[in-house]
Amino acid sequence: MDTAEVVQKVVFDSGEAATMVEELRASYRSGKTRSYEWRVSQLQKLEKVTEFHEQEIVEALRSDLSKPEFEAFVQEIGMLKSSCKLAIKQLKSWMKPEKAKTSITTFPSSAEIVSEPLGVVLIISAWNYPFLLSLDPVVGAIAAGNAVVLKPSELAPATSSLLAKLLGEYMDSSSVRVVEGAVAETSALLEQKWDKICYTGNGRVGRIVMASAAKHLTPVLLELGGKSPVVVDSGINLQVASRRIIVGKWGCNNGQACISPDYILTTKDFASKLVDALKSELDNFYGKNPLQSKDLSRIVNSNHYARLTKLLDEDKVSGKVIHGGERDTSNLRIAPTILLDVPQDSLIMQEEIFGPLLPIITVDKIEDSFDLITSGTKPLAAYLFTNNQKLKDHFVRNISAGGLVINDTTVHLAVPSLPFGGVGESGMGAYHGKFSFEAFSHKKAVVYRGFSGDASVRYPPYTKGKLRLLKALVGGSLLGIIRALFGWSKA
Amino acid sequence: MTEIVEETLCELRQTFKSGKTKSVAWRKTQLSALRQLVKDNEEKVFEALYQDLGKHPIESYRDEIGVVVKSINHTLSNLDKWVAPTKGKLPLLFFPSRGEVLPEPLGVVLIFASWNFPISLALDPVIGAIAAGNAVVLKPSDQAPACSSLIAKTIPQYMDPKAVRIIEGGPQICEKLLQHKWDKIFFTGSPQVGRVVMTAAAKHLTPVTLELGGKCPVILDSLSNPSDLKVAIKRIVSGKWGPCSGQACIGIDYMLVEEKLAPTVIELLKKTMKRFYTESPKDANCIARIVNKHHFQRVQNLLKDPLVEASIVHGGSLDEENLFIEPIILLDPPLDAAIMNEEIFGPLLPVITLKNIQESIEFINERPKPLTIYAFTKDENFKKKILSETSSGSVTFNDVLIQFLCDALPFGGVGSSGFGRYHGKFSFDTFSHEKAVLRAGFFPELEPRYPPWNNFKMAFIKLAYDLDYFGLFLLLVGLKRY
Repeated sequence: MDTAEVVQKVVFDSGEAATMVEELRASYRSGKTRSYEWRVSQLQKLEKVTEFHEQEIVEALRSDLSKPEFEAFVQEIGMLKSSCKLAIKQLKSWMKPEKAKTSITTFPSSAEIVSEPLGVVLIISAWNYPFLLSLDPVVGAIAAGNAVVLKPSELAPATSSLLAKLLGEYMDSSSVRVVEGAVAETSALLEQKWDKICYTGNGRVGRIVMASAAKHLTPVLLELGGKSPVVVDSGINLQVASRRIIVGKWGCNNGQACISPDYILTTKDFASKLVDALKSELDNFYGKNPLQSKDLSRIVNSNHYARLTKLLDEDKVSGKVIHGGERDTSNLRIAPTILLDVPQDSLIMQEEIFGPLLPIITVDKIEDSFDLITSGTKPLAAYLFTNNQKLKDHFVRNISAGGLVINDTTVHLAVPSLPFGGVGESGMGAYHGKFSFEAFSHKKAVVYRGFSGDASVRYPPYTKGKLRLLKALVGGSLLGIIRALFGWSKA
Repeated sequence: MTEIVEETLCELRQTFKSGKTKSVAWRKTQLSALRQLVKDNEEKVFEALYQDLGKHPIESYRDEIGVVVKSINHTLSNLDKWVAPTKGKLPLLFFPSRGEVLPEPLGVVLIFASWNFPISLALDPVIGAIAAGNAVVLKPSDQAPACSSLIAKTIPQYMDPKAVRIIEGGPQICEKLLQHKWDKIFFTGSPQVGRVVMTAAAKHLTPVTLELGGKCPVILDSLSNPSDLKVAIKRIVSGKWGPCSGQACIGIDYMLVEEKLAPTVIELLKKTMKRFYTESPKDANCIARIVNKHHFQRVQNLLKDPLVEASIVHGGSLDEENLFIEPIILLDPPLDAAIMNEEIFGPLLPVITLKNIQESIEFINERPKPLTIYAFTKDENFKKKILSETSSGSVTFNDVLIQFLCDALPFGGVGSSGFGRYHGKFSFDTFSHEKAVLRAGFFPELEPRYPPWNNFKMAFIKLAYDLDYFGLFLLLVGLKRY
């Protein structure tokens, strides 16, 4: 091997990580990241990244995931741009303290809630939306005035290195850094004390992140996943429903998305109509040879490809494929595949699929599907297609998930006024829009008092009269207080 | 022991699944019953608190019973508002879809109470958990045994035992409880145990709220008006020794004052303390005692360092048999001594002098973030600096402890003083999941959402992201190139 070609790699170990955190803390302590001007200028730089490097981003996503340009734009670049724009527009109002009401018990006083940054935060991103899921939390962290370390996923290496390059060029490196790497680097980072950790990924690693955070009492935002079900009732516009299911499943990174419909629940009577509609629309979208379609992402890597083919090839499942199933191992592609009535204990129904396989489970009555959903862990999203108001109400009241959508799939992600996050196994905390700002802030309670209005009831020596007055003050009724002051109430 | 935990959890899960705790009427009934419990058992509560901590009834009412009653009143008046969904604004592009955020209970929650406010810190989180529609297991502190057993005896008499359970015990039962999966754990206590709780919670991805502590400083600036200074000192004295003799998470831990003011301040402190507590505070019966021998020895050890001992300027009498420590003031103990590095949680007040009061900001920032910072000052610029340059759970200007009483303010820490918050609506929120709900219609259909992709659809989406409705219109009527 030519020694000149051996690139000296700096080992990013715990020592390196500690040094970096120290540098960022010093920068944070200087107060630089807290100013409105700094925050806005950094957000504007991020916006510029999306504007001037669109093609490079699209290329990186194509390299990492064979992501169609349309998806790259709509789901990653466009979303990030919106996020930056919203934060820039709203930042002044988000940063403003909120007045809080004080009561007669503490009269005279005034109070407010002041948002302040947490300090130095760590953002660990995922591979499936490697651009968006890296930078969207960064937008929140910067808007809230923190210093940030971003660790992009090594399973999307082109995007990871593009992010390192672009953020290195555009952002203030005294306060915003990118650390590339895999398990070793992530572990080194997790050993450090952070003021917040945001992790997007799976439950197994989520547990490791939270346990590491526990050592330093670091609060965490965990955006995990689950099996997001779609309940399909009869008596609906089947064409529209199927299109929305398809675009939510295969149109989102070929099913490799945390809020992609994972499986369908429908009645035995309705199933064949639904299957026909799905097949027909799949044809319209991806043609007769979906393995060749440029409008579908591939499977990210051979590990996941092997995982997915294992789900398909399991004995109890392999006979249930009613559409698709074709594969192209060398190109890591699996055609949109529909399965009908796989057993509940099959592998495909026991883990989050995260791929282009869509099981349809049939039930006798549509209401039975709710029990099936609640018997599993709480997913990140749950969907229902119906025109039946009672069913909608029942669904909303009884299905617990990060978010619910009725008569569509995945679009709630794009609504900044709705918090985006999980519950139970699907995660804790939320972000998007103002929720991002709040996720990376500490809301500090502040009370202002003057020196007048000092109630002697507060101080010893303690007497029966003071106890009466105290009770009246707690009761909050003006009359009670007057009575106590005049000694007219019983102790 | 294992069986109690498993059986309880099983039963509570079934209760929650039945939907009973979700009913707002049920929640209100439970809260009213709890309020009745406290009112009916006031004398017993006073007795238990006196037994466990030597608290005077006024302290007990002010810091424990009153807090619980006020919390329930506030919750009952506002619960209907809190359970209602909040509308989420949607961009026009989404028309006619509607979005909302709907709070829902998390499920079965575990609450650990601490020993220093064994009634209020046990029941206040329970109020939030029930208000939010959860089933609850409460583990009162075993270090306040009279209160723990009073709670264990009375709760089943007033509240629904299928949904609210008390499990008493010490570290062993805590360990057992932590092995199981809960939908939320709410912990009040020390950072060391907080770490253990969070580590256990991580195994099940259980969200936690940790209400911890820290060294809460009081900054005393020069106050030109002597009556202001008198008021400040009164408040400081009551903020140090008033709540459980310094054994309070938001109690004043130490004071920062300018060198030149120190003598006056110390004199005033002594005078005020004499007025409040008489020459013999032990007999005056208005300061709590130390909770137990372990903590007595812990606090005593803080004074063992000879340099620390030498810095005592007032008090110093310790009565191990009666677990009573008289209020002690120290002047400039060494900063590397334990007393200035651990949360004191006792009736010792170190007064640290600075050349200039502005240095207090740096002093505080060199140490872990406290639960609260108190500052007595009339200097508006200094107030602004304190707010923007320090970080703490909360800040109170010119008074002490009252932030605890404001239902509209979040109560919680930051950094090593904890995370998460409660009180008022924040209690409700802390035990809720805010579920996003988007209701779409089948019409209108936006074709550009669907493959196969082409330039027109790309142009459409780009305009849609910019919310450029006019541009979209032009595109749709064929007047825009793509």
